[in-house]
Parts: sequence; structure tokens; C-alpha cells
Amino acid sequence: MGKVIVVTSGKGGVGKTTSSAALGAALAQNGDKVVVVDFDVGLRNLDLVMGAERRVVYDLVNVIQGEAKLAQALIRDKRLETLYLLPASQTRDKDNLTPEGVEKVITALRKAFDWVICDSPAGIERGATLAMRHADVAIVVTNPEVSSVRDSDRIIGLLDSKTLKAEQGERMEKHLLLTRFDPARAERGDMLKVEDVLEILSIPLLGIIPESMDVLRASNVGAPVTLADNKSAPAVAYFDAARRLKGETIPVTVPGDKRGFFGKIFGRKAA
Amino acid sequence: MNFKRFFSRPASAPAARERLQVLLAHERVANGDSDLLKTLRDEIMAVIAKHMQVDGDKVSVKMERGASVSTLAVDIEVPFDGGKKAA
Ligand SMILES: Nc1ncnc2c1ncn2[C@@H]1O[C@H](COP(=O)(O)OP(=O)(O)O)[C@@H](O)[C@H]1O
Ligand SMILES: [Mg+2]
Repeated sequence: MGKVIVVTSGKGGVGKTTSSAALGAALAQNGDKVVVVDFDVGLRNLDLVMGAERRVVYDLVNVIQGEAKLAQALIRDKRLETLYLLPASQTRDKDNLTPEGVEKVITALRKAFDWVICDSPAGIERGATLAMRHADVAIVVTNPEVSSVRDSDRIIGLLDSKTLKAEQGERMEKHLLLTRFDPARAERGDMLKVEDVLEILSIPLLGIIPESMDVLRASNVGAPVTLADNKSAPAVAYFDAARRLKGETIPVTVPGDKRGFFGKIFGRKAA
Repeated sequence: MNFKRFFSRPASAPAARERLQVLLAHERVANGDSDLLKTLRDEIMAVIAKHMQVDGDKVSVKMERGASVSTLAVDIEVPFDGGKKAA
């Protein structure tokens, strides 16, 4: 039985889709069988970030409405044999996602894959709550910035109340993924500190992904950043996060902390 | 930052532009409900369903949208008794 992970945040533009693709690919690069599910019905983008946009035949809504079989809607990645995408619908809206339909799809995926990664839409409405509904583990994607932290706090509340796990009285495993972390701004003291965000949200840290041109380049060419440039700083950070997801203990390095001589003299340690 | 890597890579923006042009050209017609590829897909699937049970493992549909040409590939595994329509 595979693990179902929801990648969520409340706020838009923080890096959920980027992280879903990068973590999904990182796990698949390790040989695990992974499916990344786009829950952003009406505004799909995961297909574009993963470079599969020209090959979408059927989508999640088609499967839920019985217009296509699950196997027909799954798109296998061209570069990684064990990585699959279940795209969202672009032409229909979120009302087409029924709780029963989502449950059926997730149950089937859980049987066939090691990891089912649900890329949540922004907001706290239907799409977001359905994406988190069946999760075993939640990755809360947060930027070191006030409104993102506030929205993450709200989402954590939903994870602890609106999910199946919560309703059954179980504890939802939650991890914080701090993304778009800008070492230069951190250095100037203009960005919330890692320990501040951790203290406020009080969930364990899965990783810190630096703000990087490599992410933009990867989305331009249609490859998860862990595939586009596996040596780049964000890719390395995602690989580490993927290993922590699998239970390994790897110390988290704050981007920019491994600076040269001057950095060491003038810099303050962040975590 | 690795400067050698940084400067030796081709710019990625042209790839982004090309991918978007193809995608949006297709999506604009699709939203107008006159996507030929999709119509073909649906009608072919309807014909297949008339003769055999459309099973996810036995019928695979692949599409690839290109700038000037798109391809639709329907792969059907027809069982020996495929002629007998399954209820
Ligand atoms: N680490 C990063 N460095 C630079 N840009 C990033 C990073 N993470 C995400 N982005 C960019 O931020 C934008 C929003 O990211 P996306 O993953 O689509 O967010 P969400 O799915 O949460 O709305 C995209 O343009 C993406 O390329
Ligand atoms: Mg997104």
C-alpha cells in the first residue's frame, strides 16, 4: 500500500506545483513508483511543469465521471519509467470533483503506487479540502513571508479537522517545506527566519528550497527541477527532502549558510 | 553558483515560448469545443465500446499535440471472443 501525500499551502504561488513535481521525480529517480495528481481543476499546470502538456488524453474529472478508465488517464513520464501524472481537467470546474469519486481514484492509486502525491489548488475550498482528504502525510509549503505563514497556519487547522485521518481521531503527519528562500534577503534580515517560521507553525521541517533561477529554467523546458538539473541547489534540496520523507535523518542546511570567508565572519547562523 | 554550468547552458526561454504557443493554440480551440483530436478520440472510443468492453488495460489512447501535426494513437488488444459484446 502506497502513501498518500498532499502538497498544500492555502496561498497560491508559493511552490506547491513545483514541489509536487520535484519531489515526485526525486522519489521516482530513486526507483519508487510515483503518481503525481493535479487537483487544480480548471487551472491545471502540473502537466506543463512536468513537460507532459501535449500528451494529456484524459483527466481526473473524466475518470471520476466514468468517461475514462484510470489507466487510460495516467501519463507516464518520458524520462522516468516509474513516474506518472494524473492531470486535472482544464475545461471543467471543481464541482465535478465528488468526494466519492476522489475516494475511488485515490484508493485505486494507493494500491498501484508507492507514493500518491496530490498537488493541491490554492484556497481552502472544495478542491483543496478534497486534495487533503485521504492524505497520510501533509507537506505544508510555506514561503518565509507573513501572509504565507498565516495561510499555512489555517491549512494546518484544516488538516487537523477536515481530513479522514482527523475524523478518525488519528494524527495527521505534517511537514513544513520552506520554499523560495532567498539567502540574500535572509542575510539582510528582511526575511522571516527559519526558526521563527518553525516556532510559529510548530511542525517539523522537511527542507528549505532556495529561490533559484534553476526552478524557472526547469519549468521553461518542462522538467521537474530534480530532473532538469540534478546538481542545482534547489534540486539537491528536494532530493534531501525526498530522503527525509522516506524516513532518513539528514541535517537541514539553511541556503547561503555555507558561505565563504566573509560570509562566515559577518553572517549569523539561522538555524 | 557554478559559473561554467551557468554560462554553458542554452537559454530556456525559447523552449518555454515554443511550448506555450503549441499548447495554447490547441487549448483555445479545445475550449471552443471543436478540438478535432478530442472528437476523434471520443468517436473512436464510442465505436470500440460498441464492440467490446472498453477496458483500461486493453485499450490505450495516446495523443501528442504538435505545432503543425498532432497524432492520435489508439492501441486495442482485441481478445479472441472480442466480437461478443460484453454486457
Ligand atoms: N524555489 C523557487 N525559486 C524560484 N522560483 C520558484 C521557486 N519555487 C517556485 N517558483 C516559481 O513560483 C511560481 C509559483 O510556483 P508554483 O509551484 O506554481 O506555486 P503554487 O503551485 O503553490 O501556486 C512559479 O513561477 C515557479 O516557477
Ligand atoms: Mg499549483
